[in-house]
Amino acid sequence: MNKNKPSLKRSFGTALTVVVGIIVFAYGVKVTNVNFETTRSENRLTQLQRVIRALVRPDIIEYETVDTIIEIPFYLPCPEGQEIEVPAADTSQPYLTASEYCGSPGDLIVINGHNFTPHSRGPINFFTASGVKKQLGNFETDGDGNFELEIELPTRQPVEEAQHIQAIARLRVGSPKFTETAKVTWEKIIETVFMALLATAIGTAAAIPISFLAARNLMSENKSPLTTVAFSIVGWPVGIYLGLEIYGLVRDFLSPYTDNALYMVLGILAGTVIIYLLFKAIVKPEETQKMPHAIHTILRLILLFLAVITVIGLMIFLKSILRSAGLALMEHFEFLGFLGNFLFQVGESGYLVIPAVSALSIGGAIGSALGKIGQRISDKSPASVVKIVNLIAMPLATALLFVLVGGALDWFYQINNPVRTLYWPAGIGGAIGFILAVITGPKQPLPTGMAIYFIVRTILNGTRSVEALVMAIVFVIWVGIGPFAGSLALALHTVAALSKLYSEQVESILPGPVEAVQATGANHLQTIVYAIVPQIVSPYISFTMYRWDINVRMSTIIGFVGGGGIGFLLQQNINLLDYRAASVQMLAIAVVVALMDYISSVVRERMV
Amino acid sequence: MLEIKNLTKVYEGGTQALTDVSFSVEPGEFLAIIGLSGSGKSTLLRCINRLVEPTSGQIIWNGQDITAASQDEMLRIRRKIGMIFQHFNLVSRSKVITNVLAGRLGYVNPAMSLLNRFPKSDHEMAIRQLERVSIADQAYKRADELSGGQQQRVGIARAMMQEPDIILADEPVASLDPVLAHSIMQYLETINREDGVMVLCSLHFLDLVHRYADRAIALNKGRLMFDGSPEEIDDEKFKEIYGKEAERIG
Repeated sequence: MNKNKPSLKRSFGTALTVVVGIIVFAYGVKVTNVNFETTRSENRLTQLQRVIRALVRPDIIEYETVDTIIEIPFYLPCPEGQEIEVPAADTSQPYLTASEYCGSPGDLIVINGHNFTPHSRGPINFFTASGVKKQLGNFETDGDGNFELEIELPTRQPVEEAQHIQAIARLRVGSPKFTETAKVTWEKIIETVFMALLATAIGTAAAIPISFLAARNLMSENKSPLTTVAFSIVGWPVGIYLGLEIYGLVRDFLSPYTDNALYMVLGILAGTVIIYLLFKAIVKPEETQKMPHAIHTILRLILLFLAVITVIGLMIFLKSILRSAGLALMEHFEFLGFLGNFLFQVGESGYLVIPAVSALSIGGAIGSALGKIGQRISDKSPASVVKIVNLIAMPLATALLFVLVGGALDWFYQINNPVRTLYWPAGIGGAIGFILAVITGPKQPLPTGMAIYFIVRTILNGTRSVEALVMAIVFVIWVGIGPFAGSLALALHTVAALSKLYSEQVESILPGPVEAVQATGANHLQTIVYAIVPQIVSPYISFTMYRWDINVRMSTIIGFVGGGGIGFLLQQNINLLDYRAASVQMLAIAVVVALMDYISSVVRERMV
Repeated sequence: MLEIKNLTKVYEGGTQALTDVSFSVEPGEFLAIIGLSGSGKSTLLRCINRLVEPTSGQIIWNGQDITAASQDEMLRIRRKIGMIFQHFNLVSRSKVITNVLAGRLGYVNPAMSLLNRFPKSDHEMAIRQLERVSIADQAYKRADELSGGQQQRVGIARAMMQEPDIILADEPVASLDPVLAHSIMQYLETINREDGVMVLCSLHFLDLVHRYADRAIALNKGRLMFDGSPEEIDDEKFKEIYGKEAERIG
């Protein structure tokens, strides 16, 4: 029993915790400027009421109206010693009567309306002699077309002659139609949805290959000796440089032919045939070849090189023909203009995509070919030879890396001093490479896969931590204000976010099938296609849908920084204090987000 | 002939899975590998096709040192070594036929295989192998729609697509009931007798060892404890292999 009795120490501890808790929250209240006094302020409450009332009346539908104006004279203040003439009203028409026809500012009088259209509404205004209007209230007629409204007389300069109280009976004519706001909102919400669609498509395409590089279970197996690492480090930049050069050569060579439709068609046909033949020759199974392995490999490499050049040429022709076809469509068929523009833009993107593709593919090819040579040297030569090769190749590789980093720094900070951006990095890199080659065992397998894994993960995490809104600001500078900038920003963010989600999916696959497919003698790519891809297709689809959903939501606000979409409109209307218009846009966003959520959940259920 | 010489495997973290294991297997032999769970049976089998990288020792097959083979050479060696797993290791979302055709990946043109294109002859062969294990009618079902025994037969068909010289079977019947176990073992027996394929099969039940194996080796904590005919495993040997408290069942 005694055990359960709270000791003094424990009570003191509890009390201390409570006190600390109160202090923490008190500080929190101070720094977040909590001020409940403001919530009671009369002035603010009226404003809040006004805004909320505007928000719940979105400016979607309007009618054409016909105004009927009915007036009665009114004297403010009452003229002294003079009888007021009340004009006889035409009782066959709508007419007004007042409890008084003169009064002092602040008096309450009752206005009656008769013979109006039943259930119609409109404002009651006070018109001064000089024609200045002040709204006194709104009337709404009953089923018989009558109303009664108590109004307060306004404070105005005393004038002798008659002023007026006026009722405007607004009659809706015709059918309801959408307001200008509704139309613009519709346009922008469509733009928003398509921005999200494009961003998701581009992002997914890029995220799939990257996700494999960011999956620990795939990368941890890749280990290579130092020789391989050194050779591929040299191979990649050299290959990328060569790729850009080759692209330039092919482009210049083909440029006389890329503005003639006949040449373009012929070029595409010839290119396709050549690629088909080369492809057939390259992939011929080795068993049927009668020549020695080494010659066969070299021959294959040459054919592969020719194929790459042909592919580059073919892409250049395709790009030009798409551009021309797009232009022609836009010029001659107006109703197909958007398709023409699409073709034109796809062709235009070739200027960006083709050099990138050729640089990366030739970079990858030369990187991995040199890596293979390194692997072969490492596998087949005695340790002492490998050591010597390492001592030469590794300093070269690291020196090259450091020089590239130096070049990048030069670009950022405009140092313009070759001693500091070229010679020093080369020297330091060479020294580091030499030390690495000395301390690493000649054939010791190094965890290259994990190194790539960490690099890719770090880049992804960095990219992901920058909000799409911030990225949009940079893209707006590059491609100008508009939805294109927003799409690019969203796409970049999508790549980072999806790569992470995808790679975690790859990490959670069953290892058994992978092992089984490896045991058949399948190579790396085959293992991915046969053992991994079937396991990840459905979660990939589900994540992609989810991401589209997120992108729709994000694209609604990306317009705040000029990234196009509905956000631009929303922000504009909020700044103009046009809450009824802003309300339309908020409603549109809510509807689209709800719809997307529903659609994506249905699709995910079907797919998974 | 397959020769294992002084094979040792130490996993990262220091677990000693195999210690100085040496034995050899004749072509066409059916070798059973017995031992407690964790005695190194799976590691031994996976060292032979280098799904697990041995720490030291040699594995020599027809005069070639498998442990010294380069990565490219290893792909060629692996395609002649079929493997069957305790949990079947089929790709459950793929069709049965695709799982079986995966056995040809080491032979076919890599580029075409990535597009899921296999030569007609391979398709015919796949159907033949499925007929051989009597589930050709299930060829176009998804692999996870099949029962355990059927899935293991798909596993056998996949291994046979490699036209293997060796089959490594890692407890192929441990997750099946006794009746199915015998039927799977009979398929392995047929492959061994008719096609002359060397079979290395780890097993838990001694009656299966007696019934199907030509020879047995036993591992205890990664050391080779026994190498001889299954009949030679008497009570004393049994206690040596499985420990003093073990009791014979079956």
